[in-house]
Amino acid sequence: MSVRSSIAVLGVLALVGLLVYGLVIKGGSRVAVGDPAPNTSLPRLEGGGDESLAQYKGRWVLVNFWASWCEPCKQEAPALEEFQRQHGGTKFTVLGVDTRDLTGDGREFVREYGLSYPQLRDGDGGGAHDYGTTGVPENFLVDPAGKVRWLLPGPVDEQYLEEQVEPFLPKEKS
Amino acid sequence: MSGAVSKTVVLWLVLVAMAALAAPIAMAAGRASLTEIEKQVMCPVCGTLLQLAESPQAQREKAFIQRLIAAGKTEAQIKDALVAEYGTEVLALPQDSGFSLSAYVVPIVAFLVAAVALALGALRWRRASGSGRGQPAAAGPQGDDAERLDADLARYDL
Repeated sequence: MSVRSSIAVLGVLALVGLLVYGLVIKGGSRVAVGDPAPNTSLPRLEGGGDESLAQYKGRWVLVNFWASWCEPCKQEAPALEEFQRQHGGTKFTVLGVDTRDLTGDGREFVREYGLSYPQLRDGDGGGAHDYGTTGVPENFLVDPAGKVRWLLPGPVDEQYLEEQVEPFLPKEKS
Repeated sequence: MSGAVSKTVVLWLVLVAMAALAAPIAMAAGRASLTEIEKQVMCPVCGTLLQLAESPQAQREKAFIQRLIAAGKTEAQIKDALVAEYGTEVLALPQDSGFSLSAYVVPIVAFLVAAVALALGALRWRRASGSGRGQPAAAGPQGDDAERLDADLARYDL
């Protein structure tokens, strides 16, 4: 192959590579049951500093992606808070991730629904992208080893949490 | 002397008047409007221009912009605030840094490569056509061939 042809082929490959890279960084695939949960570090919704799932290693964590503008999120928030009151402790917590939302609106939502579990802020949707979510709300149950054990792309209610999530959790609260 | 002084005073007065007139015009020019900003930013959830979006998230984003306009923020300050909330993807135009820079660089490089290729092609074509121009025409048939050709032509002569 001549030098000129090699340069042309390299140019075409570079353009194709750019397109593929662009597509890959745009779209994420949903994590599946058994996959390690992404350890994306996100800022806390209130107060300073960042947090990631790694800080919850050793606990069961129900990661709940939500947004204040999302109607189903408003419906499931009381159920999640009640579940946290019943089961939250050193062995389990709900972890809220306010995604593609305004900080002020997210904080207002937390106050309005009296949510006591930890909340992270995912303004640009990077955390949601890492989990491969397609909307809000979405819920992922992560085991103490950091693997996804159950997921639901949609809202939960009290009955669903009792039937689907509670069986995974240790009997003792803390 | 007094004429020169009065001219200077008049000049200063004109300059001050122009500055006084220019200030509100400049302020009006820098004043942000929702109509202008929503053409330049995205609805991150819908993936469309905010101008075209009507989703609940878009409504919140528009209300946020309205609040900042009411607070007297400039267009640039409002866009900065949106980036702080939603990240750089909220901007409709790609950033001029990181991978987004390729959105500007790739078309320019492609244009330059195409222009150079065209120029080289044209140069080669001109050289090729120029090299054939000064050559003498091919010689006609010689000897027996020439006689046979003349005889054939004579036979078909009208």
